[in-house]
Amino acid sequence: MIATSQINRRRVLRGMLGGGAVSLALPFLDCFLNTNGSALASGASLPLCYGTWFWGLGLNPGRWEPKTAGKITEFGPETQPLTPYMSKVNVYSGMKVILDGRPMITHYTGDWAVLTGTTPREERVTIPTIDTLIGDVIGTKSRFRSLEVASTGNPTHSYSRRSGNVLNPAETSPPALYARIFGSEFKDPNAADFTPDPTVMARQSVLSAVKEQRADLLKTLGASDRARLDEYFTSLRQIEQQLDLELQKPAPMAACSVPGKVEDVKLGTEIDSVIGNHKLFAGLLSHALACGQTNVINVTFNDATSSLRKAGSSMTHHVYSHEEPVDNALGYQPNVTWFYMQIMQGLATMLETLDGVKEGDHTLLDRTLLLATTDTGWAKIHGLDDYPMITAGGANGRMKTGIHVVAKGDPATRVGLTVQQALGVPVNSWGTDSMQTSKAFTEVLA
Amino acid sequence: MKTMKLEGMTAKRKQGLRGSVAIVALALSLFGVSGVAKADGDVAAGPVAMRRLTQEQYRQIIADVFGPTVKLGGRFEPDVREAGLLAVGASQVSVTASGLEQYDSMARNIAAQVVDEQHRGLLIPCQPASATAPDDACAKQFLGKVGRLLFRRPLNDHELTAQVAAANAAAVKVKNFYSGLGLSLAGLMEAPQFLFRQEVVEPDPDNAGQYRLDAYSKATRLSFFLWNAAPDPELLAAAQSGDLNTQKGLNKQVDRMLASPRVEAGVRAFFTDMLGYDGFDTLAKDQTLYPKFTPKVLGDAQEQTLRTIVDHLLVQKADYRDLFTTHKTFLTPLLASIYRVPAVFPDGYQSTWIPYEYPKDAPQAGILTQASFVSLHSHPGRSSATIRGKALRQVLLCQKVPNPPGNVKFDIVQNTNDPNYKTARQRVKAHATQASCAGCHKIMDPVGLAFENFDTIGGFRTTENGADIDSSGELDGAKFTDVLGLGKAVHDNPAAASCIVNRVYEFGAGHQPTKPEAAWMAGDLQKAFVASGYKFPDLLKSVATSDVFYRATPLQTGALDTPTKLATDLNSQQETQK
Repeated sequence: MIATSQINRRRVLRGMLGGGAVSLALPFLDCFLNTNGSALASGASLPLCYGTWFWGLGLNPGRWEPKTAGKITEFGPETQPLTPYMSKVNVYSGMKVILDGRPMITHYTGDWAVLTGTTPREERVTIPTIDTLIGDVIGTKSRFRSLEVASTGNPTHSYSRRSGNVLNPAETSPPALYARIFGSEFKDPNAADFTPDPTVMARQSVLSAVKEQRADLLKTLGASDRARLDEYFTSLRQIEQQLDLELQKPAPMAACSVPGKVEDVKLGTEIDSVIGNHKLFAGLLSHALACGQTNVINVTFNDATSSLRKAGSSMTHHVYSHEEPVDNALGYQPNVTWFYMQIMQGLATMLETLDGVKEGDHTLLDRTLLLATTDTGWAKIHGLDDYPMITAGGANGRMKTGIHVVAKGDPATRVGLTVQQALGVPVNSWGTDSMQTSKAFTEVLA
Repeated sequence: MKTMKLEGMTAKRKQGLRGSVAIVALALSLFGVSGVAKADGDVAAGPVAMRRLTQEQYRQIIADVFGPTVKLGGRFEPDVREAGLLAVGASQVSVTASGLEQYDSMARNIAAQVVDEQHRGLLIPCQPASATAPDDACAKQFLGKVGRLLFRRPLNDHELTAQVAAANAAAVKVKNFYSGLGLSLAGLMEAPQFLFRQEVVEPDPDNAGQYRLDAYSKATRLSFFLWNAAPDPELLAAAQSGDLNTQKGLNKQVDRMLASPRVEAGVRAFFTDMLGYDGFDTLAKDQTLYPKFTPKVLGDAQEQTLRTIVDHLLVQKADYRDLFTTHKTFLTPLLASIYRVPAVFPDGYQSTWIPYEYPKDAPQAGILTQASFVSLHSHPGRSSATIRGKALRQVLLCQKVPNPPGNVKFDIVQNTNDPNYKTARQRVKAHATQASCAGCHKIMDPVGLAFENFDTIGGFRTTENGADIDSSGELDGAKFTDVLGLGKAVHDNPAAASCIVNRVYEFGAGHQPTKPEAAWMAGDLQKAFVASGYKFPDLLKSVATSDVFYRATPLQTGALDTPTKLATDLNSQQETQK
């Protein structure tokens, strides 16, 4: 977590501003950073980061799990691309989504059950996803509470929501994400000078006027509208917090650098575009995390009903998953599996990018905990058993890594609970009905 | 159901109920869980809800209020489809933090243009005493005027005072009147009163025990229904004067609005929503296989159908059902190329639209054979009988098709390269071998296979993988031999007419109908539509001038701790009344 600085910057700035623009040269490094850049000067660790990395259509059972339980020494054929990060990854096999008699909504039930802890009864999710629960703990002091991206070009390919009414839409364009993070409102945490913008203070006044209406509005609304209005005002508070932060000199982040501008790219579900955009997103998000702009990211490589396709092919990954026969000699669907390999290579790219950001003796991946999951077990049959769950990163030493955890049909929520506890969410039980669990995987908690 | 009348109560009792949870229980006992008012005969009423502006509505309001030279930037939150309509989904969504960040950015961008030197003379009705200091009077005049248009009602004193104070405070901080005013204007455009269409309910003075929208809410519902835009000054004036609360005043406004060219925007908005054209935002076809399907074709495909609809329904005032059989349409050179029809274009100009009438023996007729339908409901690289069949059932006949089951083996459904399964018909037949699949596929596939003469972008074909395509099928007992027969079967299917009646009402009201509303639609409204000869403008008028459209169930208000608690209490109340 970001430690409270010895200097109360806000108070200093407010006193010095006097309502106008003043250029402040606050002491760089001397005050805020330790000598090797791996922690804040107070000795506190750099902030924890969390990410959900979502892919669609699961993996082939028996082909993604490491060969043995305990320390990972070899991945399964479909997770081979993760080999360079073997010591920083955990794999959880034998996980399951339990229906409890609810309808199986294909490519919907599994993803939302795993990410919310509750198997949905209908195509309407009313429970917050794990990233928002974690963001409420580790993401409150960053400029963006979270950043969502989808490499498929579709903003609805997001697997993050605060409630049933609020899907956090995904950015689909890397240039747009670049502009959002590193555009004119970006404050370089390592800049020597800091000039608070009086317009930001003016905007605060305006938002206060909006907020003043809340009580009057609530009086005129019915119950469900009140809940929706409260969600609006929650969002407003986050904007206010963003403005608050813009008036403070940000804590220096030694590994922060502004990436090069991203040019226009081709959007869509054609696999080369998806891989290319995902790589750009991975880079931008790593820079955003390293610069303290956010501590929570949500990455969609491909959607649950995977619309990935090869150029020139009439088939999508999803259509293949149902219509391609299992090759008797190989024992799996070759085209479906080809897409799996691209997806796992995508995950490897994400890990490579995070691990490539050096922060003293450690890397950005080391202070991150990434939960990689999907919508189904074996896609061919819309299976909910053998549900692939992978975590990566050590959460600043709170997670042991390099471990294959073997469960026996346990609810997949055990992984989500473990992740939350590792990141300091004060929760000892998560999920509902048969997906409810109070058993974190203590063998991976440091 | 028990009937009670509010006027039968003592004033003291009524007072005691106000502002407490008891009013919820009262409402439930009076109106039942589905919100049915029975105090004065079988009166239908529906719930009201805040509706988030759609992207198109936001754009239209900005254009109407500030003129077309003010540009929008940024992105909108995705609209959400519920019960077949984005208009219904708008009643259930809120605004995320990242969404508000975008609204904030857009609002500041728009406001900066409004107060810039190019626009301020035209849009701001006063000049400040000093351009570098606050000016209370000028800020009040401008914000009051523009606020009325943005909020679709006059700002109340509290709102106006707060906005003026914000403008003044901002002007002090940035030492510029116009910048301060612009920031306050941006605040108006990111306020919930703007971003959401809030409907206010009031007791109906003419019908004791019943509730209705207040006049401004009525104007707003009417205007978005017919024009997909906020009320214009004339409609706001009718609301302010009370004219809109009289049947005569309402009829006058409806007639005026239906006669206006702006009704085309409303009709386009409705069909864009009903036909699911938001799907085009992310629709892609494989460029190697279908190089003709460019982004321009995406736009042309939607426009072709919308032009056909507008011409057929508004200009020709023809039978709605004939949309499925009409030979008349409009084409661009790109579409003509995809359809392979010999249309002649003046000068070969690429963006020219021409009216076109298919010969009687042409394989295309009606909007179902247009690229907008067959391409939207297909895979990127191939057609899909199942997706098309499902779309026809759900979108145009309002029939629900269940989701596919889990844990189903698809071994028998082979790939397109299998020489034993050359055509889609042969492949989807395999669905019948799985008992758990057969039930639903029986209602989708026989309909969807009729479209197999159209590839994934709408190009006509007679064979697939060298085998002849058989496009015969059956819809709810009506057998046909090809897609033209399917069009006729849809035309004759009573579900097509009842579906459009339902969708039109739901689009305007923003909610799924309560049982009494549904009964009214299936009864009086449907009869009026049939009697009119299935004329769409008459259907709009029937809804817009009806009493039901503006009738509402009372709000579930009260001094409760949280909305969650209220919901819990409501559930308990309902349980105890069963």
